[in-house]
Amino acid sequence: MSLEHKVLLTIPMYPDMELAAAKTASVLAELMDFEEGQVEEIQLAIIETCINAFEHSQSDDNAVHIEFLLSEDQLQFKIMDRGVGITPDILDGSRLLGTPGVHPDLRKRGRGLQIVRSLMDEVDIESSSNGTTVSVIKRKSRRTA
Amino acid sequence: MLNKFDIQIREGQEHAVIETAGYLNDALGEKLSEKARELIQNGHTQLVINLEKTTLINSIGISILIEIIEALEEREGTLNFCGLSATQERTFKMMALAKYAGIFPDEESAIANL
Repeated sequence: MSLEHKVLLTIPMYPDMELAAAKTASVLAELMDFEEGQVEEIQLAIIETCINAFEHSQSDDNAVHIEFLLSEDQLQFKIMDRGVGITPDILDGSRLLGTPGVHPDLRKRGRGLQIVRSLMDEVDIESSSNGTTVSVIKRKSRRTA
Repeated sequence: MLNKFDIQIREGQEHAVIETAGYLNDALGEKLSEKARELIQNGHTQLVINLEKTTLINSIGISILIEIIEALEEREGTLNFCGLSATQERTFKMMALAKYAGIFPDEESAIANL
């Protein structure tokens, strides 16, 4: 795929709709010839980013807008909501959600963005009172002959 | 909706295997948690969760797995996972699940190491 292509998707904030985004991402990543493991990483990253928007955005339009940008060696996706913005403790993963458990390192919730950062090559988050945009880049791994 | 899931239970004399299929989110996670609680209450404190047919696990699903680990620890039980993809295993290690539960390639080795 030599040219840049753009795919747009809008999903409502309903349970399991993050799967629609994940399946779209999966199809695009396979078309771009990403390795199987990387396709799964992309799916998980987009699921976590969508769930984050579902849980925190409180947007009036009740929708997440996703822009996929396909190029030769990378897949970029931007996940946008028109909500109230997310707070720094959610951004840096320091907010502990749910009931604290027996082991402090086994935190139950609030680590979605940490997962995204660990699986993707670049993650950039812009958030204000007008909404949040999470921009994520996954580069194709170089296969050895 | 989009997510179709299933849970199978295989009970041995001293252990039980829970096999999940589908997307492990809050919905499947709650079903899994319910089955695990029933097994633990019935004296099965040696559990294997087989995730071979579980295509994706989100952070909410992981949080429910953590609750099962903690419930088993209260009964001095053991939990082993098997059938994880490379990405799932990496995520489990990052989320510290691998410190408190075993990860094995297949059901046979997961049972043998309970």
